Amino acid sequence: MKKLITAALAATMLTSPALAAEVKVGFVTTLTTGAAIIGNDMKNAVDLAVEHMGGKMGDLDLNVIYGDDGFKPETGKQVTDKLVKQDDVDFVAGFIWSHVLLASRKSALDAGKFLISSNAGPSPVAGKLCHENFFSTSWQNDQTPMAMGEVLNQNGIKSIYLMAPNYAAGKNMIAGVERTFKGDILGKDLTKWGADAQLDFSAELAKAKASGAEAIWVFYPGAAAGAFIKQYHQAGLKDVMPLYTSFTVDGLSLPKLQKANFESVLGSRITQQWDPSLDNAQNKRFVADFKAKHGTYPSFYAAQAYDTMFLIKSAVEAVGGNLDDMDGLRAAMKSANYDSVRGKYTYGNNHMPIQNFYLREVVADADGNWTTKVVSTVYENHQDPYASECAMQ
Amino acid sequence: MDYALLFIQTLNGLQLGLLLFLVASGLTLVFGILDFVNLAHGSLYMLGAFICASLTFLLGNFLVAVVVALPLTGVIGYLVERFIARPLYARDHLDHVLGTFGLILVLDTLTHLIWGPAGIAIPLPVWLDGQVNLFEGVVVPIYRLLIIVTGLATAAGLFWLVNYTRLGMLIRAGASNRTMVAALGIDIQTLFALVFALGAMLAGLAGMLIAPISEASIGMGNNIIITAFVVIIVGGIGSMKGAFIAALVIGLIDTLGRSYIDDAFKLFMPSDAAETSAPAVSAMLIYIIMAVILAVRPQGLFPPKVR
Amino acid sequence: MFLTKRSSRITLVVMALLLVMPVVFYNTGNEFYLDLATRLVILGIAAVSLNLVLGYGGLVSFGHAAYIGIGSYAVGIPVYHEFYGGFESVASTNGLFQIGLAVGLSALFALITGAISLRTKGVYFIMITMAFAQMVYYLFLSLDEYGGDDGLVIEMRSQLPLVDLDNPIELFLLCYVSLAISMLIVRTIIHSRFGMVLQGAKGNNERLITLGYNTYLYRLTAYVISGAMCGFAGALMGNFSSFISPEMMGWSRSGELMFMVILGGAATTMGPVFGSIAFILVEEVLSSLTIYWHLPFGLMLIGVVLFARGGLMGILRGKGD
Repeated sequence: MKKLITAALAATMLTSPALAAEVKVGFVTTLTTGAAIIGNDMKNAVDLAVEHMGGKMGDLDLNVIYGDDGFKPETGKQVTDKLVKQDDVDFVAGFIWSHVLLASRKSALDAGKFLISSNAGPSPVAGKLCHENFFSTSWQNDQTPMAMGEVLNQNGIKSIYLMAPNYAAGKNMIAGVERTFKGDILGKDLTKWGADAQLDFSAELAKAKASGAEAIWVFYPGAAAGAFIKQYHQAGLKDVMPLYTSFTVDGLSLPKLQKANFESVLGSRITQQWDPSLDNAQNKRFVADFKAKHGTYPSFYAAQAYDTMFLIKSAVEAVGGNLDDMDGLRAAMKSANYDSVRGKYTYGNNHMPIQNFYLREVVADADGNWTTKVVSTVYENHQDPYASECAMQ
Repeated sequence: MDYALLFIQTLNGLQLGLLLFLVASGLTLVFGILDFVNLAHGSLYMLGAFICASLTFLLGNFLVAVVVALPLTGVIGYLVERFIARPLYARDHLDHVLGTFGLILVLDTLTHLIWGPAGIAIPLPVWLDGQVNLFEGVVVPIYRLLIIVTGLATAAGLFWLVNYTRLGMLIRAGASNRTMVAALGIDIQTLFALVFALGAMLAGLAGMLIAPISEASIGMGNNIIITAFVVIIVGGIGSMKGAFIAALVIGLIDTLGRSYIDDAFKLFMPSDAAETSAPAVSAMLIYIIMAVILAVRPQGLFPPKVR
Repeated sequence: MFLTKRSSRITLVVMALLLVMPVVFYNTGNEFYLDLATRLVILGIAAVSLNLVLGYGGLVSFGHAAYIGIGSYAVGIPVYHEFYGGFESVASTNGLFQIGLAVGLSALFALITGAISLRTKGVYFIMITMAFAQMVYYLFLSLDEYGGDDGLVIEMRSQLPLVDLDNPIELFLLCYVSLAISMLIVRTIIHSRFGMVLQGAKGNNERLITLGYNTYLYRLTAYVISGAMCGFAGALMGNFSSFISPEMMGWSRSGELMFMVILGGAATTMGPVFGSIAFILVEEVLSSLTIYWHLPFGLMLIGVVLFARGGLMGILRGKGD
């Protein structure tokens, strides 16, 4: 037993030699459970970014260490603790899920590390809990559905039914639609989320239909997206209540929906800060190389993960590889002086992006693959509504 | 009161209840006859869904895929019986729980390795993909009706099997007195393997039926298995009738709870609090019912007569 | 029952290592391994408490994770109200109050659910304890104020006299001492007349009833003691992780606790501790090697159940047992 313990501990210790002249990025995402479909897409994007950088940031070697949050806040926090304490990373990045980010943020920030969210944008981190070492390469949760609320108004929708999973982001998303939508909200449902999420929405869809709302809006990221769209389609609601979604129809669900022939999704509209068709050099290279390597369009998760790596690179290069220069790194990141795949954006006082939001439509590309294209710009340089609650200047 | 909505929700509850029954019936068979607690029964449900998904794309038709996938899940059930369950029969329930708990981890990870982390959406034939107008204001997806019909037919088939066949006679005898069946010279080994495979097929069928609705996904079985255990405990272990009634009751309570609890809560709490607490409370309902029933009847509602 | 010479030597060595190694790791800059040891020791306390009912009493509780949850929330909720207002009577950062709350509520929960569950036998008991734990799980899931599914960040650790829990070494030492005390408590209990009846009822309940013992009351008492101890472990867990979520009381967590007891060796003093050490270390090593670590881990579980009866203690004792 004694030998076993010593051997086991020695074995794990060997994996963490302290090497100089490298920059270590800990990337926390979901690599197991059904939600791993998102995590793998992000991992693919990060690997592609590393490849595009030639494995270097300035003169430093780049070392990315992945952590699996298992779709659970508690595991996410443990993984973050390990990255910070054992691997001694310089940056903690990633985070798909708002609740995982909220559980893990203290572990990274209290240890004096930079924390960069590549997706999750719960309201507290943009408002009261904003922090000088926290940055986001995505958005605050409310923003994308706020843009959707504007689109609903423009389309003359007078009443709507809302559905989202019962966790931090789901509640933020609903708040976002409510913020800008001017018509009546005839009902809303929050469904069980997590590893044993509810995936049969028959009762909720029946309620939505009975409410008499003109349209239905939902937020179902990851694996639940396909399930929801199928059931919406099977219930024959397409002509009764048109579907509007946020973070539901994306580069991950579209290939699956195409394979199962759900044509009702073609023409459906979503809002987002990025699109594979955006016309800038960085995006073209990213989308083309990603497609060449993995055969599918990258999702917005992938785009944000890719950006995260280039944001870090710009900061590391700005301080000449001196990772002890926290102030320099922070100032460089705050300036957002790098080529983002979404085009130029700036950071607000709370270190959340101030950026454009586009209306996108699901179409078939030249090869017949389903993807999205930009229809119009809903918001220009939009700042999240929680920035004023943040004490930073 | 919107009666059309109530009717639709009742149908939805019935559908959920029948799926639960398919899972629970296999569990109660294995439990009642083999006295074996199979936590990994839910993994067989998941495997059924994934195998059927792959076969649907291979063979081009969902219904054909179901027919081919059923015996395959039966074979998997047989293998689980042969290599995991059989050595554990002589042990206590604690060992069953732990062994099959390990099996869940293994099967979930194998599924991840074989099929990848993404769920698989199963396309339905066009005639199953539409809706039917039952009467004014009641439009239901055809496929959900198919689930209800299949569930009821399987229940009837099981009822016939248990009550009117030689195998059923042995099953009933085994549920009441195992040693006696063995003493009568019945090849108990084969009977056990058969029952286990049958249970696996029932769970697999439930997984195949739900997959076109909610996709085949990793861990889908770990949610339903606990509910299925509640069903057979409430119904009385080993009782097919108990499992049937308890499954329908729990399916209805769960669905109607999800539909109406938030409205009920809004009568005495703020609207937002009602929206967020209602889903969890409706999930809690079935456990409360189980505790109440066990407090009053520690053997469940319909315990087999002799044990 | 008594340890053989060889196994008691090993027990001493392991307990000493468990004390010394983390401190060494901490002082050599491997802070993470101290964290690992603290978590392991806390789970060890929970496993020791479960062993009292599962190992010695033969009562297979599939819901012990609920007590860890109750204990953790008993720390988290008072702190939450201290920081964000409301519910004045509970708001507190006083550790003694929080631990008292954790132990008291856990004991109460064990008393109520035990009174009902102990009327059932066998599989019904396994499943009803699981059902009660699921109820608590869904209860906390529905409490939106405390984060629901998102969990709750504990802003401040318990304020205790003598020890500063913000110091990881002091937190570890408190947990270690608690573990040693809980092992002693269980050992004392099982060697008392009360413990003899409890173990006797595991073997032949009817006989003890005929002899005039109200085994139901004995079992209920053991169940309440076990729940209270596990709730105490929960209070430590809340302080250690500074974060709580309903996830930590899901049924698979209860299964893991059961497995720790069986892996180490049920109905032995040292078994649950061995079990939690082995469990956490294997989990740590495997999960750092591959994201598919559940596969070998599950195979190991099956292997232990099939082939290693008596757990690690059984192996240590060798054929002589």
